[in-house]
Amino acid sequence: MSNNAISRKTSGVDKALRVALYTVLLVAAAFYLIPFIVMLITSLKDVEEIRTGNLLSLPAALNFDSWAKAWSSACTGSSCGGISPYFMNSFQIVLPAVAISTLVGAINGYVISLWKFRGSDLFFAAMLVGCFIPFQVILLPMAQTLGWLGIANTTSGLVFVHVVYGVAFTTLFFRNFYQSIPGELVKAARLDGAGFFTIFYRIILPVSTPIIVVTVIWQFTQIWNDFLFGVAFSGFDTQPVTVALNNLVNTSFGGKEYNVDMAAAIIAALPTLAVYVFAGKYFVRGLTAGAVKG
Amino acid sequence: MNTKAANSGSGQTQSGRPARLSLADWMPKIVMAPTVLVTLVCIYGYMIWTAVLSFTGSRMLPSYNFVGFEQYERLFNNERWMVALSNLGIFGGLFIFICLFLGVTLAIFLDQKIRAEGAIRTIYLYPMAISFIVTGTAWKWLLNPTNGLEKMMVDFGFVNFKFDWLINPDMVVYCLVIAAVWQASGFVMALFLAGLRGVDGDLIKAAHLDGASTFTTYRRIILPSLKPVFFSALVVLSHIAIKSFDLVAALTNGGPGYASDLPANFMYTYTFTRSQIGLGSASAMVMLGCVLAILVPYLYSELRGKRHE
Repeated sequence: MSNNAISRKTSGVDKALRVALYTVLLVAAAFYLIPFIVMLITSLKDVEEIRTGNLLSLPAALNFDSWAKAWSSACTGSSCGGISPYFMNSFQIVLPAVAISTLVGAINGYVISLWKFRGSDLFFAAMLVGCFIPFQVILLPMAQTLGWLGIANTTSGLVFVHVVYGVAFTTLFFRNFYQSIPGELVKAARLDGAGFFTIFYRIILPVSTPIIVVTVIWQFTQIWNDFLFGVAFSGFDTQPVTVALNNLVNTSFGGKEYNVDMAAAIIAALPTLAVYVFAGKYFVRGLTAGAVKG
Repeated sequence: MNTKAANSGSGQTQSGRPARLSLADWMPKIVMAPTVLVTLVCIYGYMIWTAVLSFTGSRMLPSYNFVGFEQYERLFNNERWMVALSNLGIFGGLFIFICLFLGVTLAIFLDQKIRAEGAIRTIYLYPMAISFIVTGTAWKWLLNPTNGLEKMMVDFGFVNFKFDWLINPDMVVYCLVIAAVWQASGFVMALFLAGLRGVDGDLIKAAHLDGASTFTTYRRIILPSLKPVFFSALVVLSHIAIKSFDLVAALTNGGPGYASDLPANFMYTYTFTRSQIGLGSASAMVMLGCVLAILVPYLYSELRGKRHE
């Protein structure tokens, strides 16, 4: 711990420094908070108030009309049913993709750290590179493949894509976590007659809860927030919410309704924000693990 | 199946060397096989596929009439691509620099026994949880020249305040920087804060006993020891910059004209909406080259570093 700021004598200079310190921190906090506050205020105003007021002027009364419109009747390009169907699409894509990629990652990590075989380390390195390639490189071949497999423009197609390109990360998470489990534990269990899956199920899985939480949160956030795969591989009625939001904002018949745009944006952000608020610790752990160990 | 695998597995361990390869020996390889297959095909295979396409004259559909480096020549003679590349330079450079600066500063400030540190940290980091599409939508509204920031400042009494960057081709790329910094700088702060908390406390105490000021301690001891954090942050940020696609799509849609295009948007437009698959593939390969140019030295030094330990 670096607690250099503790000074025994609180001279005037120190006090001034302390005030400056807090000022900077609070200004920064305002910088991060204000955009969201403006979004919220804007979503509660009507069009007239937006036209006459400014970003920070408060609405005369709380008006949830634009939320209702964003949810169920705003136009998103091809249809005018709000973003609710696409919100559901996102869940239909995210839930199976998260479950499958986490499970596969857990088993891969288990093999790579505790059942090494010739070439498994090399393969892991090859996979790590896969975490970092710009996905533009695989976009077109993947579009062709999805066509051949008959799952182009479907929810299953998107689940497939997210699993394929998510497994590298989930494997990385589990592998780093399982590295700390002593290999003797597995050897002893094998001597006792336990097999590959028995050891995984009875010994490894019960201690894996923290890393499962980190991985699930990471994957949930990544896949929910994805736009590239969504826009490239989804059909009109399988679009995820990010794509629908972008369509909603960029299609304007008649006047621009910023209040509806903002309400839709907040709705699209709510699931991942909720995850962040309720499991922030694990979210941060995933971020730093992905960055530092990658 | 489980029990059978278990029995033969233990038989193998007791005898030391397997008489024949049993199911248990194959099990790790069998469960890894799908991942291996998918990685080889969907990452490396597709990479090669795109590379091959970049040497063909493919337009609306992939075709395999090879034209050598023609597409790369066309690419670098394409004004829109050159704009996208220089935008990436400006955007990437500023985005990385400001994020690192803000990240380090805020992390150091937060590490001074601040009251309500947890709450402040939470506020700094929440943008990282939301999609770039949401970020783009929000900033599109904040920065819009009629009702946004400009109007607010005029209302506050700055009558001559002008802010039209979003529709100004020369300035629009800085709007991307603002929004991207808003989203990612808190994350850099979190990385550095974690690094600061890992610095050896005895080292700092010793420096203080030697009479070093707080400033000197940071400059000479603490910051140099954060070099690895600095490099990971650099790699992650440049990676975000090169891959940036959704932010542009939501904030400016590449406009005005194509003044705020980034390579990822160029690639998407030419491949999927302009039926120039060959050219699009060539641009994707250049992007891959940029990422590898950053990644390979990093991984190399990481792996070498580990071997030295």
